Amino acid sequence: MSKLRRYIDKIKPNFEKGGKLEKLGSTFGAFETFLFVPDTTTTTGTHIKDANDMKRTMIFVVIALIPALLFGIWNTGYQHFLALGINSEFWPIVGYGLLKVLPIIIVSYVVGLGIEFAFAQMRGHEVNEGFLVTGLLIPMVMPADVPLWMVAVATVFAVVIGKEVFGGTGMNILNPALTARVFLFFSYPAWMSGDKVWIGGMMKGETLDAFSGATPLAQVVQGNTSIVMGNGDPISTLDLLIGTIPGSIGETSKIAILIGALILLISGIASWRVMFSVLFGGIIMGVLLNVFAVNPLMEIPWWRNLLLGSFLFGMVFMATDPVTAAQTNRGKYIYGFLIGALAIFFRIINPAFPEGTMLAILLMNVFAPLIDYCVLQTNIKKRLKRVKTSEYE
Amino acid sequence: MAKTIKIRKGLNIPLKGTADKIMFECKTSNIYALKPTDFNDLIPKLVVKHGDIVKAGSVVYYDKLCPEVKFCSPVSGKVKEIIRGEKRKILEILIESDGNFSQEKFNIQDGSTSNSENVRNLLLESGLWPMISQRPYGVIADPKDIPDKVFVSVFDSSPLAPDLDYVTEGREDDLKKGIEVIQSITGKEINLGISVNSNQSIYNRFNNTKVHIFQGPHPAGNVGVQINKISPINKNEIFWTLKLQDLAIIGRFFRTGQYDMSRIIALAGAELVNKKYVKIISGQSVEPLLYENLLNENVRVISGNVLTGKNIGKTGFLSFNEDQISVIPEGDHFDMFGWIAPGFKKFSVSRTFPSWLLQKRKYSIDTNLNGGERSYVMTGEYEKVCPLDIYPLQLIKACMVNDIDQMEALGIYEVVEEDLALCEFVCTSKTPVQKILRESLNMLRKEMSDA
Repeated sequence: MSKLRRYIDKIKPNFEKGGKLEKLGSTFGAFETFLFVPDTTTTTGTHIKDANDMKRTMIFVVIALIPALLFGIWNTGYQHFLALGINSEFWPIVGYGLLKVLPIIIVSYVVGLGIEFAFAQMRGHEVNEGFLVTGLLIPMVMPADVPLWMVAVATVFAVVIGKEVFGGTGMNILNPALTARVFLFFSYPAWMSGDKVWIGGMMKGETLDAFSGATPLAQVVQGNTSIVMGNGDPISTLDLLIGTIPGSIGETSKIAILIGALILLISGIASWRVMFSVLFGGIIMGVLLNVFAVNPLMEIPWWRNLLLGSFLFGMVFMATDPVTAAQTNRGKYIYGFLIGALAIFFRIINPAFPEGTMLAILLMNVFAPLIDYCVLQTNIKKRLKRVKTSEYE
Repeated sequence: MAKTIKIRKGLNIPLKGTADKIMFECKTSNIYALKPTDFNDLIPKLVVKHGDIVKAGSVVYYDKLCPEVKFCSPVSGKVKEIIRGEKRKILEILIESDGNFSQEKFNIQDGSTSNSENVRNLLLESGLWPMISQRPYGVIADPKDIPDKVFVSVFDSSPLAPDLDYVTEGREDDLKKGIEVIQSITGKEINLGISVNSNQSIYNRFNNTKVHIFQGPHPAGNVGVQINKISPINKNEIFWTLKLQDLAIIGRFFRTGQYDMSRIIALAGAELVNKKYVKIISGQSVEPLLYENLLNENVRVISGNVLTGKNIGKTGFLSFNEDQISVIPEGDHFDMFGWIAPGFKKFSVSRTFPSWLLQKRKYSIDTNLNGGERSYVMTGEYEKVCPLDIYPLQLIKACMVNDIDQMEALGIYEVVEEDLALCEFVCTSKTPVQKILRESLNMLRKEMSDA
């Protein structure tokens, strides 16, 4: 360890001001702080600091995503072989899954981090850790058969327009991973909302013609009361929970997502206020729609609605993004509730947008500052009222 | 019987090295320093120059904005050196003691406090006035003001804090006199904030006081928190605050007529051999306290507590009225993969480290920044450790963009750095909260006085 440290100390001056590789200073800093927590000591304010920092916080989110990722890799392989009509062994399934998913992850990280490093160098800052999480979230919301160039374009859009233009990590208004997804959704609608893109190999025609890749959500929205797998086998609630269904890579296994939710809640990284409010909002809206049901879509049981599509994934990993959510504690309740309610509402009321979760979250991202403003106003008004009453004393 | 006010939000940082309640004998120094940097937003005007002879109680400098406020030498001797920093800012005025402690004469009039004008002038001329702070802004009180309320916190809840009951043991007469003095110049009763663990009977016996009982983690002992719970400061109100031991020193001066700037402070911290209480004279060198007392040479010596104190170094000088010295290890070392390792020796308020499971443990926390400064990402952290009825994150953001209207609306007049120090400690983005707040307070003070 000290040998490594000595080597780094030796080459470090090259990357500092005046050194030959000054232009790569931020990049060097990123790799150095990846290996070592720096030796900087406090110079102003408190002399001691909490041991937690941005890197560790982000790593915990990545850890929470791993169960869903691992299942997603397996499921990609599973769906592919199912669509080929082959009954396959475990390792070939995982192998195919890795073959499909790893390139997407690599493209996302390389493109995204490349842009982040460039912006950090331009601004003279340290590289921010925000993309550690976004880089993994983007692949999780992509369908398995998405072309790699599309992932790259979406990542560029998300990082540049969704984040850097506003000032980088901590300054963005919209959730960057969702920005990537929604960019693809609206720019390449035929690809993203069809029935073929969810299963690996289907777009290229490698699979059986008779096998439909429609996700459970898409089927439900088309009015099918009973949902089936591509080969006609019915999809049970257990299937919805475990996740052996078509869908985007990370969203299918509700159990894996819930494990992630537990990790985030126990470590205190994600806001329980947002998570539970989203759940509550979704339940209330689901119940309301059931009570006032006038068409088969509204009759979908409220608990089933929570298990379809990306509702749970959005609730645990997207809505809880602290930068784009409401920042006051009271605001978080309102923000979460509206996301949950609107996600179900959009999905049921307008079948053209079955993926209501993504739109509901982006809409509330835009409204979060307004919610915070209203919450602050109550505190401000209380203070003003105090001045007025003390003037009368 | 006063009701106990429970403070729910806050944090007791489990630091190793609390001082034992025993007195520690050590040599005195022969160099003393007056530091204008001890006081917020103060521009000093020197009255002495290099080589001048001074007595204990002689004026050394005064406040440029408020010339009646004088700052006096704690000892008699010669002005040895005036140390300046950037832009000729006065950092320290060094006085070499002659060992005699000859004093200036002050007309105490048997400690009578009936003439408030005289009392006020005595406090100003003797250099004791700077012990009175005001809110808003956290600066030295203006002698031309009459405050709306006066608050004194009788316990210190900060990490490794001295037990103020032990420090003022046997000095009830001094405290009583000090309260009389303050009552005389303000005409107001003194609000005393005591802890549920304090010896309440002592404080209930004083006249012209109102006792409030507090219970809870740090910052329950901060006078700002107590004010916020009892009578939050409104715009255009002025509150005065004092430290408990300062009250006793003022009382002692009026009772005895002697110019005695000695105080009892706690010498605390994991890197010390002797963690005890010691009697020192304001402004003395810290070297005798550290002589053969350090377990390790690479330490940070702080005048004050680890959250709000100033780094004075191993050869520095004690501040005007701090009640503790904290000595902690410097953290200037690299930590391989420290951000992902379990970190059993580290303390965090978050649950990403095992410290939340090991509640009874104490830690020796060093000065490592534990990361780099980032823009704000996490929310809800500050609110957990800030019991004041304000929105601390939004207040700091308003300060960062110099939005005066928003700062006022969100209650900047109610806070001073020490009230948000815990927010700075827990901040994942390592934002320099106290520095931002102080700059904004100074800027506001200037704006409001120009208006």
